[in-house]
Amino acid sequence: MVIPQLSVFIENRSGRLTEVLEVLGREDIKITALTVADTSEFGILRLIVSDSEKAKEVLKGQSFTVNITNVISVIAPNEAKHYARLLRILSDRDISIEYTYAFARGSKAVIILRCNNNEEAIKALKENEMELLNASELFKI
Amino acid sequence: MEIWNGHFECMDRLDLKKVQSERLMETVERSYFNVPYYRHKMQAAGLGPESIGSIDDLHRLPFTTKQDLRDNYPFGLFAVPMSEIVRIHASSGTTGKPTVVGYTRHDIATWSEVMARTLKCAGAGRNDFIQVAYGYGLFTGGLGLHYGGEKIGASVIPVSGGNTSRQIQLMCDFGSTVLACTPSYALYLAEALQENQVDPSDIKLRVGVFGAEPWTEKMRREIETKLRIKAIDIYGLSEVIGPGVASECMAQEGLHINEDHFYPEIIDPDTLQVLPEGSMGELVFTTLTKEGLPLIRYRTRDLTRLTSERCRCGRTMIRMEKCLGRSDDMLIVRGVNLFPSQVENVLLEMSEIKPHYLLVVDRVNNLDTLEVQVEVDEAFFLDKISQLEALRMKIQESLETSLALGVKVTLVEPKKLERSETKAKRVIDKRRF
Repeated sequence: MVIPQLSVFIENRSGRLTEVLEVLGREDIKITALTVADTSEFGILRLIVSDSEKAKEVLKGQSFTVNITNVISVIAPNEAKHYARLLRILSDRDISIEYTYAFARGSKAVIILRCNNNEEAIKALKENEMELLNASELFKI
Repeated sequence: MEIWNGHFECMDRLDLKKVQSERLMETVERSYFNVPYYRHKMQAAGLGPESIGSIDDLHRLPFTTKQDLRDNYPFGLFAVPMSEIVRIHASSGTTGKPTVVGYTRHDIATWSEVMARTLKCAGAGRNDFIQVAYGYGLFTGGLGLHYGGEKIGASVIPVSGGNTSRQIQLMCDFGSTVLACTPSYALYLAEALQENQVDPSDIKLRVGVFGAEPWTEKMRREIETKLRIKAIDIYGLSEVIGPGVASECMAQEGLHINEDHFYPEIIDPDTLQVLPEGSMGELVFTTLTKEGLPLIRYRTRDLTRLTSERCRCGRTMIRMEKCLGRSDDMLIVRGVNLFPSQVENVLLEMSEIKPHYLLVVDRVNNLDTLEVQVEVDEAFFLDKISQLEALRMKIQESLETSLALGVKVTLVEPKKLERSETKAKRVIDKRRF
């Protein structure tokens, strides 16, 4: 139920994000989700792509520091109360969220989560009948 | 302007040469018989004390380097029993081990004498209040100025470095007339005075004695304008004695070397040949009177040139130009000696990063800044900002502990820093000297 997410270390300077996406573009990689976490000097670009292994290899070939991290994806109506409920389920079990981001399509929202214990989180979400997506389902959204 | 020791400072140069020759022979003899290192080195060169008949024979003797001091850490080059040593100072070294220097009672007297000359060169006297804002401690700056100040009978204020608000308070309340610190700190103080809306006419500063780091003429003019003082350049290094090796006089046309105690040569750092007067090259010192740690042909790595032309002030002591460059990779950051290899040693001990680094030295608001760029190792790169920040702090703390210097660590992308088996570019110095 986990989804491989690509993390790329990038310096906070102009043009760097462009270079990453151009490298992926040349390999016809498709992107489902993208977010950037930044500090004043560096950032981490997080991507969910069509072929994460291939994307990792091509970026490594261009000297980027890349890693694959597993994340969880949940689909829910795009109302705040659903996001809140999801977070409550996790916090009630003392599962902490390292980061989360989301996007919506129509009235449906896809929430991406990275927890300190993904397995526990999946278990808790399933028990509470939250709808999880696997990688291929996520791509069909 | 008064001269502290006219007998020596204005001595006829031919008479001076006789003094230097006699003192050199004594130094060589003492070093040969009391320091195995010097004896072995001279024997290997087929030399003995009898080989040195005057200062003209000095060029035959082997050089001494910082590495030699390190190899004999801590007291191996001392020429007297430890019972004769009354003071120990130390400066930072490349391998984490400091360079250690020892003084006999007589050495302390010599040091006070040359510092008295230095302060007199700057026009100070018994009616002055000398604010010593050099660090007190293992660093020679604070105590060197302190003893010289007492020797000339001035009122010494041993405030030591840092704590700018206290510096300003004492400067105003005590009416300090002489300021002794690094030139960059002098500029920093000047700006702090402005920020605190202290009118320069409310303080009594008249002159500054500034050293321990290279500084330009432009910086001098800035200090002189902002503090409304005369800024005097002083030179010294702890291995030779500390501050007091050389000082500018009020003419500000080069630094008079106290060459009756410290004999200077200029060599080509590549061929090691002695260069004629006036040539730019590496400054080498032989101590002529030191007992605790005599040094024979010690390579300072500082680049300068000498002139024995008579100075307007009347002193005959040879003058050296302001030192602005070095023949090795040592950096001086906020008065602290720093070799890139020190940084490398710290980084090599950390598995999370690659031993590729770049030092960026700059001067912001007149204070030196040191940035260390390091590459994150891929194996360690997970995707958490907090983890990267923690790593950055860990590197920063290790470096600060080891270098005794504030550092800003920046994590950079891999292979951004140059790789090379031979001479990688490890330093970018943006300061303009």
